[in-house]
Amino acid sequence: MGDYVRQMPDGSADLARPPSAASRFHLDLPLLLLLLILTVYGLVVLYSASGQDMGAVIRQGRYFLVAYVVMITASQISLVRYMRWAPWFYLLGVGLLVAVMFFGVGAKGAQRWLSIGGFRFQPSEILKLVVPMTVAWYLAERILPPRFKYIIGSLAIIAVPSALILRQPDLGTALLIAASGMFVVFMAGIGWRYIVGAVVIAFASAWPVWLFVLKDYQKQRILTLLNPESDKLGAGWNIIQSKTAIGSGGWDGKGWLGGTQSQLDFLPESHTDFIIAVLAEEFGLRGVLMLMAIYLLILLRGFWIGLRAQTSYGRMLAGSLTLTFFVYIFVNMGMVAGLLPVVGVPLPLVSAGGTSVVTLMAGFGLLMAVSTEKKIVTH
Amino acid sequence: MPQHITLKDSNREARIYGARTVTAVLLVCGLLALITVRYYSLQITNYETYKTQSERNRVQLQPLPPKRGLIYDRNGVLLADNRPSYILSVVRERVADLDATLLALRALVPISDSDLEKFQKKVLRSRPYESVPLRFRLTEDERARLAVNRHRLPGVVVDAQLLRHYPHGELFSHAIGYVGRINEQESWELDETDYRGTFHVGKIGVEKYYEDLLHGTVGYQNVETNAHGRVLRVLERYDPLPGADLVLHLDIELQRTAYEALAGRRGAVVAIDPLTGGILALVSTPGFDTNLFVNGISTVDYSALRDSPDVPLFNRAVQGQYPPGSTVKPMMGLAGLESGLVTPDYSVPDPGWYRLPGDSRRYRDWILKIRGTGHAPRVSLNMAIAESCDVYFYDLARRLTIDRMYDYLHPFGLGERTGVDTTNERRGVLPSTRWKREAMAQPWYPGETLSAGIGQGYMLTTPMQLAVATNALATRGEHRSPRLVSAINGEPVAAPLLERVPGLPENWQAVHEGMHAVVHGARGSARKIAKGIQYEVGGKTGTAQVIGIAQNAVYKEEEVAERHRNHGLFIAFAPYEAPTIALAVIVENGGGSSAAYPIARKVMDTWLLGEAG
Repeated sequence: MGDYVRQMPDGSADLARPPSAASRFHLDLPLLLLLLILTVYGLVVLYSASGQDMGAVIRQGRYFLVAYVVMITASQISLVRYMRWAPWFYLLGVGLLVAVMFFGVGAKGAQRWLSIGGFRFQPSEILKLVVPMTVAWYLAERILPPRFKYIIGSLAIIAVPSALILRQPDLGTALLIAASGMFVVFMAGIGWRYIVGAVVIAFASAWPVWLFVLKDYQKQRILTLLNPESDKLGAGWNIIQSKTAIGSGGWDGKGWLGGTQSQLDFLPESHTDFIIAVLAEEFGLRGVLMLMAIYLLILLRGFWIGLRAQTSYGRMLAGSLTLTFFVYIFVNMGMVAGLLPVVGVPLPLVSAGGTSVVTLMAGFGLLMAVSTEKKIVTH
Repeated sequence: MPQHITLKDSNREARIYGARTVTAVLLVCGLLALITVRYYSLQITNYETYKTQSERNRVQLQPLPPKRGLIYDRNGVLLADNRPSYILSVVRERVADLDATLLALRALVPISDSDLEKFQKKVLRSRPYESVPLRFRLTEDERARLAVNRHRLPGVVVDAQLLRHYPHGELFSHAIGYVGRINEQESWELDETDYRGTFHVGKIGVEKYYEDLLHGTVGYQNVETNAHGRVLRVLERYDPLPGADLVLHLDIELQRTAYEALAGRRGAVVAIDPLTGGILALVSTPGFDTNLFVNGISTVDYSALRDSPDVPLFNRAVQGQYPPGSTVKPMMGLAGLESGLVTPDYSVPDPGWYRLPGDSRRYRDWILKIRGTGHAPRVSLNMAIAESCDVYFYDLARRLTIDRMYDYLHPFGLGERTGVDTTNERRGVLPSTRWKREAMAQPWYPGETLSAGIGQGYMLTTPMQLAVATNALATRGEHRSPRLVSAINGEPVAAPLLERVPGLPENWQAVHEGMHAVVHGARGSARKIAKGIQYEVGGKTGTAQVIGIAQNAVYKEEEVAERHRNHGLFIAFAPYEAPTIALAVIVENGGGSSAAYPIARKVMDTWLLGEAG
């Protein structure tokens, strides 16, 4: 115990203090505050991006309300329970994915939803949390860094749902889920030789993946990224218009509601995946940097929670959730700015949409559960 | 480092985790920095580029084509106006698949191959955001069909546009000309800015000559459009300035009289107000319906016009070059008097033919084949003009010589363009030794002087030139460059004065008396039109040979194909004492002047008495 405290010099002061109201409700105040700021910022942008549709803002506000309730609820449950439930959640999640294969409903050639009693939801969203939980559960009992066979075991846990989601097809979600599992393995301290090996294999397999795995529309997105001018009015339109929107924002931006690209329908998907372009156009680079600062603080807080976690399970989960959150940010901002191919990844907590907000906030609920985890002795 | 750890070591795991967190934070910061660099590059480094692109996206500069000026006759009768018409256009930028769209459009409205061809050519030259016309003059029905299918045809627009219309197309075809769709060559020549949004340009006649004035000045509006090309609001607007309205000297009744009097024969009538130089009538027959040209004439219609043996597209009034024949004689007469070579009393013997000294060839008078003898034993100027005696003028021409003849006839405007305000005017030929040397690289032969003396041989004039020369005769020397347009936007336009024809009053008087005798004299060559005439006329008949006739050959009109019959000419001014109209009439292959002078009578009657025919 003494040893432990000495290793966490910054945390020692907290421990000496009586538990605050926030920690009694298992809330991490700095994180909560940052999330609230982000929520408000996002809603302000959404009002403009949706074509000044107050209805859209209220709808999104309701999603946030649900999401905050989910987050607070999730934070109340002790980590031990999550750990225990993880395999069952996993089996349930994979089962739902299989169900999607057979009974799923789809749109635009992708079959992603399950419809139960008129309520449609994407089982793949649940797996964004369940996969890291499960991998962390799987590795938490092992000696870390994990040995090779456990790495293989972890990869198997990741591969099954990822493959099922890839089949839907939903490349974006599949990558996010695979990444969230991999981050657990990474945070578990897997040897660099494996990481380097994986990168080499990834590059080596790029060609076969291109030939056999990627669908035409996915290839198209990558080709379009490389040369958006080749198809100005087709696939390249989105990228050209979003780059134009971002670039024309300059440093100061055109002002709230003043973005011509977004207000005049030049920008596709302006309130969902491409909302950062609206923000960049209307609030300029200033606004973008402000958003990134908020994101960075959330990320740092996430890492901090991981560092302070009492158990390997909590640590790995916190690290993975934080990194997954970052992947959202990076992929979304990168794709809208023409750095990465267009995959369906929303700008976390800013893009309109209920599912991703609820999932993300549930993730932050888990982070808060980690942050307020009671110290348990595992050995 | 121990190779085998069998127990979970919480501290070690935390340490490893700490290291991984550091790596992760560095990775996150690195990638966020990359994103920042990207956004910096877009928003700061390339700001201007994207700003421009966004402006271009949003703001479209739309041309507002000006309303073309109207054309009226002297009484205010509308001769060329603009009527609304609907045009089907395509905005290339808004169309995903042009071929598919064109196919879909062809299923909805008839689009000919030539329409399509013109469209394809134009698409290549126009900017992607400009609307390119595909089909003109949509019917109500076609518009409705397009409107219903509008939603599935993005980038397809139906624009209302004012189109030129000629209410009296055929009557004024050569006087006014027409507008037509801008062709490829014109699109290079015309001012790109001024003609943006305008699809038509004056092709010929007044429409072309006054194109700059009629066209007006293009206006603009900056409109904000959404991605679908729909105009959301007008940001700023510069109204177009409509083209100038033109009032012509032409009189529709006179024009109609002349047109009907020509009765479908090939010919031309040009009538001028001698005081102003204003053109009262300009008719060339056959005419054609100018409205056919406004929207691009069909190949069939065009071939019919182009290949017709009557060449209806040929403006005989200014392009037709005919030997003036005997109509040149009053001018020759003035030349003789002015040069002192003849006096009104001077006479020459007339056996019906003339022979150059030292030459056996006989130059025949036209009367020889009718009477077998000359006009009279001796012929003086008055008789020579009234009866159109060739021998008198052969003799005068010989003594005057060709180059002095040139000097005296040139002030009448022969051999020069009159400068009339229309297109395609030809200059004719007023021969001289210099002209022949330059044009044919040949010396002048004395016999040619005799032919020139009676308006044959090399001498060629347009009906317009003859009318202008008649104008000079009517006013005793003062004449103007003829004008079709009398006022531009209400501002009167004066016809510029031409070089005055010098002449002593008594000489003019002698010539006038001769011309008076042509109509009113007992043996005047146009005495037939004097019957029942209510005013006095000065005139001169003329017959222009179409083919040269070999020496001693007997000329039989009936034997010559109709196309080889002589052209009939007549020039006249009236009223004799104070002329208000000077005119020239030609009837191609009319056989002789008798085909022409009845037409002149009808025109003069209409003008002076206000009655047709």
